[in-house]
Amino acid sequence: MTKRIAIPDLSLVALVGVTGSGKSSFAREHFAATQILSSDAFRAMVADDENDQSATSDAFDALHYVAGTRLRAGRLTVVDATHVQRDDRAKLVTLAREHDVLPVAVVLDVPLGTLRERNKGHRDLPEHVIRRQHDALRRSIRHLAKEGFRKVHVLSPEDSVSIEYERAYNDKRELTGPFDIIGDVHGCHAELVSLLTKLGYVVSPDTAYHPEGRTAVFVGDLVDRGPDTPGVLRLVMGMVNAGNALCVSGNHEHKLVRALGGKNVKVSHGLAESLAQLSEESEEFRTAAREFMYGLVSHYRLDGGQLVVAHAGLKEEYHGRASARVRSFCLYGETSGETDEYGLPVRYPWADDYRGAATVVYGHTPVPEAEWVNNTICLDTGCVFGGALTAMRWPAKELVSVPAERMYYEPAKPLETPTRAPDVLRIDDVLGARHVDTRLMGKLKIREENAAGALEVMSRFAIAPQWLPYLPPTMAPCATSTMDGMLEHPREAFNAYRSDGVPAVVCEEKHMGSRAVVVLCRDQEVGRRRFGALDGAAGAVYTRTGRAFFHERNGFLDRLRAAANAADLWSTLDSDWVVLDAELLPWSAKADELLKRQYAPVGAAATSALPAAISALEQATARGVDLTGLLAEQRSRLSNARGYVAAYGRYCWPVDGLEGISLAPFTVLAAEGQVHATKPRDWHSALLDRFVAADPALLRSTRRLRVDLADEASVAAGIDWWTELTEAGGEGMVVKPAEPVAGKLVQPGVKCRGREYLRIVYGPDYTEPRHLDRLRQRSLGRKRSLALREYALGIESLSRFVAAEPLWRVHEPVFAVLALESEPVDPRL
Amino acid sequence: MLVSITTTHQPATDLGYLLHKHPDRAQRFEVSTGTAHVFYPEASAQRCTATLLLDVDPIGLVRKAGNTLGQYVNDRPYAASSLLAVAIGKVFGTALRGRCDARPELAETPIPLEIHLPCCPSALAERLFTPLGWTVAVTSQQLDPSFADWGESPYADLRLTGTLRLSDALAQLYVLLPVLDDGKHYWVVADEIDKLLRVGANWLATHPDRELITTRYLAHQGRYAAEALERLTELDDRPAEDAEHAEPPARERSLAQQRRATIVDELRAIGAHRVVDMGCGEGKLLHELVAEPTFTEIVGVEVAAGQLRSAARQVERFADRQRERVSLHQGSVSYADPRIADFDAIVLSEVVEHIDLPRLPALAATVFGAAAPRHVLVTTPNSEYNVRWESLPAGHLRHPDHRFEWTRAELGSWADDICATHGYDVRHVPIGPVDPEVGSPTQLAVFTRRAA
Repeated sequence: MTKRIAIPDLSLVALVGVTGSGKSSFAREHFAATQILSSDAFRAMVADDENDQSATSDAFDALHYVAGTRLRAGRLTVVDATHVQRDDRAKLVTLAREHDVLPVAVVLDVPLGTLRERNKGHRDLPEHVIRRQHDALRRSIRHLAKEGFRKVHVLSPEDSVSIEYERAYNDKRELTGPFDIIGDVHGCHAELVSLLTKLGYVVSPDTAYHPEGRTAVFVGDLVDRGPDTPGVLRLVMGMVNAGNALCVSGNHEHKLVRALGGKNVKVSHGLAESLAQLSEESEEFRTAAREFMYGLVSHYRLDGGQLVVAHAGLKEEYHGRASARVRSFCLYGETSGETDEYGLPVRYPWADDYRGAATVVYGHTPVPEAEWVNNTICLDTGCVFGGALTAMRWPAKELVSVPAERMYYEPAKPLETPTRAPDVLRIDDVLGARHVDTRLMGKLKIREENAAGALEVMSRFAIAPQWLPYLPPTMAPCATSTMDGMLEHPREAFNAYRSDGVPAVVCEEKHMGSRAVVVLCRDQEVGRRRFGALDGAAGAVYTRTGRAFFHERNGFLDRLRAAANAADLWSTLDSDWVVLDAELLPWSAKADELLKRQYAPVGAAATSALPAAISALEQATARGVDLTGLLAEQRSRLSNARGYVAAYGRYCWPVDGLEGISLAPFTVLAAEGQVHATKPRDWHSALLDRFVAADPALLRSTRRLRVDLADEASVAAGIDWWTELTEAGGEGMVVKPAEPVAGKLVQPGVKCRGREYLRIVYGPDYTEPRHLDRLRQRSLGRKRSLALREYALGIESLSRFVAAEPLWRVHEPVFAVLALESEPVDPRL
Repeated sequence: MLVSITTTHQPATDLGYLLHKHPDRAQRFEVSTGTAHVFYPEASAQRCTATLLLDVDPIGLVRKAGNTLGQYVNDRPYAASSLLAVAIGKVFGTALRGRCDARPELAETPIPLEIHLPCCPSALAERLFTPLGWTVAVTSQQLDPSFADWGESPYADLRLTGTLRLSDALAQLYVLLPVLDDGKHYWVVADEIDKLLRVGANWLATHPDRELITTRYLAHQGRYAAEALERLTELDDRPAEDAEHAEPPARERSLAQQRRATIVDELRAIGAHRVVDMGCGEGKLLHELVAEPTFTEIVGVEVAAGQLRSAARQVERFADRQRERVSLHQGSVSYADPRIADFDAIVLSEVVEHIDLPRLPALAATVFGAAAPRHVLVTTPNSEYNVRWESLPAGHLRHPDHRFEWTRAELGSWADDICATHGYDVRHVPIGPVDPEVGSPTQLAVFTRRAA
């Protein structure tokens, strides 16, 4: 006959049987080869001989290590070893508990006679060994359950077996809702009815349903303290029985069940009220309520695993697991064993460390307002203490609440906003080789050594990560021009975009200053709420490596805020904060040291050495020595040197406080609810022109020209525009697709730098044909690839920030940009 | 870049014989960094000038593997430097060695000379050339006439006049141009010592700045410089400068040593066994901790990958038993780190002042909040003491990377906040000599977690 044996789909299965009882064949028949860890195979692995008994200890070390690794990843694992000794089995039970999975024993109980026969000509163990193993097994069978195996299946040789996998009680991943998750009710029946009504449920005394088929999910603590625990139980039980609701157990249900079952429990924390109220109910109701509460599961995984509901929350490694400590965590949270000044347990802030992808919704700890912490949220807003009863709609993540009608129970300690430390980032959020998932380019690899390099820069020089939702990407230059005297020319940029299928581009003047990202909040309250500022800051201005531009509050942000108010950016963007990409001028404001130590000395050296050389050559030539070639060369070099000095000089002027400082914003990166960076360029210009007009003394606009790439006249106009711009001393221009390009990732912009400007980059004499020919052999592939990857990471971090994802999720791609910047690339590009 | 050599010794055109270059011809020589041209702007019996113009290939210079200059925009094509010295050695090599078959006596005779270097690093020019018998005229220049507030250029127009043998003049230029510039465009190897001693044979041993010259010429490679100086001392009856200080006064332990000693004492006193040195740098404190068996687990954490590598090399030299007690990893006070949770003590020695003030709450959150050791030891400068250091200009910080320096009251108030927020008590300990008015140069705060 076929015997069905049930095995939880996440369990550690120990096969138990004497040598030769057919464990390996059984395993092969019923499990995948990769699920089976056999002691023989591990002996062979560590000692080249599967029968080498001296290797047993090492073999089991390795086996347990692999088993642990599999269980941590949530994979069913079968251990094929004799397991006739209690000590050997105990190790497996411990291993299962360590990983919060259920240990299962499958015993192959084969008569001694059969075993003796099988031993002959096979392993040929001494007969007493077989007998001893058999005796040990027979003695063990009835103790297995006591040893901790949650299921024990004893099979005889004639059984034919089929395995049925059991899903865990907490696995409701197939339910996709939509859900309304409801916080701690604590007997507040009236508020529960109001909330359900507000959520759209049709409520009757003993059940409720939603006309659109939504499901309510209760986070537990339905009972105790409040005025009508029986009423709440009746309603929720009715909803659960009708399939309109799910409910996890809270610690108060757990204790109430014990009290109702006659266990000796301390009657405190509102238990007395429940007991009194229930004593007025029928015995039948009390029994039903007790059974209902007894049967409550401690957590649920819902909606494909994206949503986890547990009364006190749940750390990621416990999701979907089953053990006493998982249940205890669900009911009580992680406590440090200490108590605070009010005698309440001190809770370990597990949510601060939470890095899981699943959203965890819970209650248990009353908070004045439901707040997101790393993709987790507590819905207990202290209704019974006079707060509110709160629900969250899933998947919309929208909060709905009703205020308490009154305070029903005096809280043990006042409800106040916990002074939460700034979101703490963890070292393993950034270090090591990483793959950052981006919506534009999929997984991007960050090399370990690059992350190591970025750690120092980020830790020692960058502003607080809360203010750093973005770091600007590097930008590739256009392909190298072959035109006479030119290294870069707009025609190359136009050609490249045309061949990428871009119909129109916008040429934007490139300001030569220092790249600046501006985070601007409408007021300090926005800074606190949206950026977690604890010091009253309402914005930040930082460089491309995340350093602060100004170390004192100098009124810069106030001026920008006034301009934003005047231009009414806030209502246009429907946001009370904005992130801008900009250039801060003059160059000398930030690069003063670099200019004095490197750029100016080169100019000073050139303009003193070359005239002396020319004058010596002129004298010699006058004597009739033929040096005409050399003289012409030196004259040309002097003119190059003067061009070089003039080039850097254009980007330097004195500043005094904000006097002389100028900001040229060119892209609105993001604001509440939306990443704007990918919008058409016209949209940015129109909005930013308005902003600039509000404070033209501080802000400067970006000149631009639209070029239709199919129209040769328009292309020619673009080239003329660039020529004029750069001949007048401009750095050059950036060419960007005028509208977003659908379905294809193209460079978000390429730069075409001016001929004179490039002297600062490639040296004064780079324009000499003999130099230019060599410089043209520059390779742009790596720079282009880097520019795209950094762009994808920038859009990623902004998207995550806009979606109000946890700080570590926003910081991950920001850090990755900095890490990529330490990849070696020709800095002149 | 160029150098001009003029003589008024008559007939001045004999300079052509001395230099082995004909005054009526322009000659060119390929050198490793470009092309050297020699020509004569004037050549009369009264006055004759030879000019060596080195036309450096700026792009080749940067592209060449192993160059030690590294910058794409640099002054090397213009300023007198080791490049010019090498060209002198190559183009005027025979003259430099003092050989002249056509005018052997003239080569041995000091003649009136004028050397012109229109663009030369000038800071040490007078100091180095005057002792050799030159009259030195330095005409300094502005860094950029359009930006007067940027100050003076590091290069000046340099004219040397004197009566010397031409070979000595060339030898001095050969040695002193790289010294003035304090840089070499090539990697210095041991045979540079011989070259220096050979070329400087007639004048270097008695030069009052021979240590400076030797050190700089040998690109600050201490081992080479020591060997060269030893050999120079034998050529001169003047003792080496080191010998003058043969018996230095018994020096007190440096402040850094005292700091480490106090930290170790305090750790011992509070009974810490498992200790984290946060910001361990190259591992100096680790070295002292590992010498004490009472510290059974020592963790060094450092944010800078390069320093961490140095610390790892240090640890590799420990005995096996010691090494087993030490581990190192990269980390940062801005990021919470589970690897340093629950230790007896975390040491933050000279760390906080390298962190921007607005970032200190994150340090408090990661160290006192997340890692939560039983004790935290924080050392930091006491800014009140700075007035006792005469070499430190008023208002200046002790190190360019210090973001702030605290008075005792400022550290005290930060510490009190930490204690209130994170449940610690604090005790303050001075490190270094205690001045009745301004306290000690370093301050130590020992935090102890309050019992629950």
